[in-house]
Order: sequence, then structure tokens, then C-alpha cells
Amino acid sequence: MASFLIRRTLQLLLVLWGGATILFVLFFVISGNPAERMASGGGSRNPPASVVKNLEVRFGLDKSKPEQYKDYFSGVLTGDFKESFRTREPVLDIAKAKAPTSFRLAFWAVIIEATVGIGGGMLSARRRNSIGDYVTTIGAVVASAIPVFVLAYLIKQVTGVYAFQHDWPQWARFPTRGLGSDQWFLGVIPRGDTWKALVQPAFVLASVSTAILARITRTSMLETMRLDHVRTARAKGLNEKKVMRRHVLRNAMIPVITVLGIDFGTMVGAAVLTETVFNLGGLGSQIVAAAKDRDIYVVLGLTLIVTFVYGVASLLVDLSYAYFNPRVRLGDD
Amino acid sequence: MDLTTPPGHPGEPITTGAQELVNVGGHATTSEGEQGVAELAGLEGGLGGDGAGGEPVDLDASLYDVGPSRSLAADAWRRFRRNRLAMFGLLLVAFLLLVAIVGPFVVKDPLSQRGLSRERPTNQHWFGTDRLGRDVFARVVYGVRLSLFIGFVATAVETLIGIVVGAIAGWFRGWSDTILMRFVDILLGIPYFVLALVMVTIIGKGLAAVIITLAITAWLQTARTVRAGFLQVRELEYVEAAKAIGVPTKRIIIRHVLPNVFQPVIVLVAVGIGSAILAEAALSFLGVGISDPTPSLGLMVAQAQTEVTTSFYLLFFPAMGIVITVLGFLLVGDGLRDALDVKDI
Repeated sequence: MASFLIRRTLQLLLVLWGGATILFVLFFVISGNPAERMASGGGSRNPPASVVKNLEVRFGLDKSKPEQYKDYFSGVLTGDFKESFRTREPVLDIAKAKAPTSFRLAFWAVIIEATVGIGGGMLSARRRNSIGDYVTTIGAVVASAIPVFVLAYLIKQVTGVYAFQHDWPQWARFPTRGLGSDQWFLGVIPRGDTWKALVQPAFVLASVSTAILARITRTSMLETMRLDHVRTARAKGLNEKKVMRRHVLRNAMIPVITVLGIDFGTMVGAAVLTETVFNLGGLGSQIVAAAKDRDIYVVLGLTLIVTFVYGVASLLVDLSYAYFNPRVRLGDD
Repeated sequence: MDLTTPPGHPGEPITTGAQELVNVGGHATTSEGEQGVAELAGLEGGLGGDGAGGEPVDLDASLYDVGPSRSLAADAWRRFRRNRLAMFGLLLVAFLLLVAIVGPFVVKDPLSQRGLSRERPTNQHWFGTDRLGRDVFARVVYGVRLSLFIGFVATAVETLIGIVVGAIAGWFRGWSDTILMRFVDILLGIPYFVLALVMVTIIGKGLAAVIITLAITAWLQTARTVRAGFLQVRELEYVEAAKAIGVPTKRIIIRHVLPNVFQPVIVLVAVGIGSAILAEAALSFLGVGISDPTPSLGLMVAQAQTEVTTSFYLLFFPAMGIVITVLGFLLVGDGLRDALDVKDI
């Protein structure tokens, strides 16, 4: 176990370092003069030379590339990701300001995904070829074909705009800008009317992954139900409930847990579309905003942070294998 | 996989060295035979369950009823045809291709601003006009065309990169494998959409930038799949036989190994076109993809945002365009996955 943990952590560090290096090369070596790109702010007009010069000095871009590389990464190791060239706000502060929203949104989206996805998939597998099964499988495909931003708009239009314009009862109206009063209990449980602002984006964010998870659950359960040990369990006279709970579910959940963990890692940093449509200031939408402004250090810093979160999430998934699957003995190989 | 084609039945022997000499095109039989054993009776029909799986298989009857020999493609097509959802997807794709090819001869100019501004759907303008008086029907047709173009080109490039990288890593193993696969791991460590955003930041806006972005972010999965296939197939006896009789390495890779690892790649291509189209729509929606006068479906949805309360059709038609296009390719991909009996993608 310990050796597995060490090996896996080293692997994560390698991925992070490699990712950071590739991004550095992309941003600072092969894509022209970064100061010029920042100064032109994404437009194609020619920025004045003095502005470019200023930026070069301010960010140390006039030094040689290896020096810049050393500069940037010795900073990163101490938590200094440089600053936005526009607002002069340190990138780490931006991340700290945006991260809570992203984490909370991802947390609730994963809870919805787990409940609906696993539930639907199990129902589908238990009553194979029933109407419920068809509805789940077809619903799952259609849901993965609807772009997140379209779904978000439709929902927003009905409960966020139409409801207010047509005097729907108070409980059926949902705010669509920001997170309402933004009050939380224990960090993740919404207080006051915050849940109203949270529920729509969480559902939208969960939609596609829920559809995929339902299908994975279904396949995984059907495959497990075919295994010999399940037949043995039935043969020795265990009742159906016990067979399902002890012998099918425990084995069938292994791929499901993987997907949930990876999805959480993705949702924290890449919930770009949902955050944009519902005007939630999160990490993903901040990356887009910075990308549009060519605010290079913000894009780079936030991408590194998001990658870190994603990497840690997949590390935890791997470790949880040991718990869910007694056959996996980590570190024995 | 059903039992009417048991591994190595008459007419489709496992490829041997002798056969390689005369080069009978029996590539795919070996890997299919293996999967046939593993996936006995293929109970998991996957999507819809009305494909190859589902109905109980009469083992005895199917064992005796060997039937005439069929190629893998014919076999797969037979299974694909029985999957109603997959056939529906194929119909959608065929329809969209027709729209893309015939459309430009039929519809108005998508850039001309000669209609009334924001006109509801009429006989003149079937899908209405947008705020600049441009015909939405024409823009959706051209948008679908653009989506398909981007999807096809990006996926073609992506698949090519994936195959080359995967083949090199899987065939030569050793340090080239380590370096290439570590590189893939590292890029896969960055959430996909964030990586796409970063790439777009660097490459810039516009059609070419979007295609390049989608291609260089999507090849990772293909490379992994191809490599896994190569690692497996390169150890098989017929490859050894080919080596023994002195077939050049290049020829072994292209003629003997590649066709046998191609089944999952075909599935990845179908699904990949769908996700490329979806990703393009998302990038354009966010304002970092295709820019204004060009009719992109994602961009049209973004532009409809401000007017959606009064002019719902401005959102509806482009959105349906995206949904139908993506749905078609996803269904075809699912159908292919079942028909070719590919797992783990």
C-alpha cells in the first residue's frame, strides 16, 4: 500500500511537472512574444512598443527562456503564480476567490450524478428490456448529444425568466445570476435561499455525466450478473436482495466509482459552460475570460491549479480501489 | 458476437505464414476469433439491447449451423443492421450529409442581410431571420455543413496522429514507448476542455485554429487504444510467421498488425466526430472559436441568448442542428461498438 502510494504520487508529480513544462513551452517559447500578445489583448492591432517593453520588464520576459522557466517555477513551488497583467491581482488570489464556487458546484453535481445515474443504471439492468430500460438508455444518448449550454439556456429560460415574467408561484422561480445569498453551512450545505440558485446549475452540470454514468452502471451490472460467483450465490439459495447487494453491487460499483471521481476532478475546473450561462464566477469561466483577454499568467496558473485538482482526484480514485475491491492488493506487483 | 462464426471455422482460418505468402486478405480473423471466445454469445447488447445480444442463443443449433463464410465487415454490418437505434443514427448522418451536399444549391445566401430583421418563421424564411435579417434556415444548413467539415477534418487528422504515435509506441516499445506514452499521460492529466481552451488561446481564432485545436487535443485516446492493440497483436503467431519469412517491418505493421487493431479505432472515429462537433459548438459559443459572419451553430446559439425571450426560434433551430448532428454520430458509434464487439472505449 505504502509503495503504491509513493509510486502513484511520484507519477502525479511527473504529470504535473510535465504538464507545466509543456504549457510553458506553448505559452512562452513557440507562440511568439508573450508580452506582445498580452498587450494586444487578443485583438490583432499592433500594440505600442513602450507598452510591450513595460510588460517585458514587469514579468521578466526580457530574460532568457531558461531563466524565465526557472523564475516561473521557483515561484510556483512557493505558491507564487505571478499576477494578472490587467488587474494586477495575484493568480493565486484569483484562484482562491473562484475555487469555493467551483468545488461546491462540482460537489452537488457529483451527488446528483451518483444518485440519478447509479439509480437509473441499476433499474435499467434489473429490468432489462423493460420500458424503463429503453427510456434510460435512449435518454442517456439524447442527453449526451444536447450541448450543455443549450440545456442550461432552456432551463434558465423556463424557471429563471418565464417564471418571473408570468407570475409563477414563488417556489417555482429560480434566480439565474450568481449564487443568491451565497451562504453555506459546513462549506457545502447551502443555507437560506442559496440552494435555489445552486440547484439549476448543479443539474445542468450533472446532466451529461449522469447519462454516461447510467449506461456504465447498466453495462457493469449486467456483466457482473453473468459471473459465476453470482450464479453460485443464487444456487445456494440466497435471496435476490442479498445477491444483488453483496455479490453484484460491490463488484459492479468499481468502474462507477472511477467515473465519479474523475468527473468530480473535471467538474471543478472544466465546468466552463455551466458557469458561463449561470453567471457563476468559477475557475473554468475565469480561464475563458482570461483566455479572451490573453491574460497569459492567469490562464497558465489556473490551468496548473485545475490540473492539480484533477490529478489528486484520480489519485484518490486509485486508492479507493483498495477499499471497494478486496481483490486489488496495491503495491504487491 | 454470435456463434454462427466460431473462431477458425472453415473459410476463415487463422492467418498463417503460408497464407501471407500469397497474401490472402484475412487480417481481421484472428483478433475476432479471440474475442469470440471471450464474449461467448455476447449477452450484453449494449445500447437498446436489441442488437446482437438480447435473444437467447440456442448453443447447439448455432454450433452446427456454421453457414457460408462471411468477412468481418459483412458480419458487422449484419449486426449493425439489426440495431434499430444505430440504423436511426445512420439515417440521421445520411440525411445531414445530404443537407451538407445539396443544401448550398437550394438555400439562400447565409450572409446576405436582405430579410426583415428578426422575422418569425414564414413561407419565405422557414426558420425566420436573425437580428441582421439573415435567413436562419440558410445559416443552419451552412452551419451543419461547417460542423460536419470540422468534425471530419479534425477527426481525420486526430486519428492519423493517434495511429502513428500508437503504432510507434506499441511496435517498438522501449524508450520510444515510454516517452510517447508519458507525453500522452501528461496531456490527459489536463482536463480536456481546459486543454482545448489553452490551445485556442495560443493558436488564435478562426476555422483553421479550431480544427488544429480539436485535432491535437483528441488524438490521445486513439494513440492509447492503438498502442494497446499493437502490444497484443505483435505477439501473435502470424506476426511471428510473417517475420520468419522475412516480411519487411513496415509491411508487417501496415498490412498485418494495423488491420487487426482497427476495430476500436473505427468506433473512436464515429464517436470522435460527434464530440469534435460538440466541442466546436462549445468553443464558438464561448466566443473563442469561429467568429461572426461565418455561420457556426454554436455561435448562433450564443447570439440568440439576448433575444431568446422574444425570438425562441433563433435558439431552437441551431440548437436542434447540433443535437441531431451529434446524436447521429453517437448512435452510429454505439452501433459500431456493438457490431464490431469492441469493449473498453
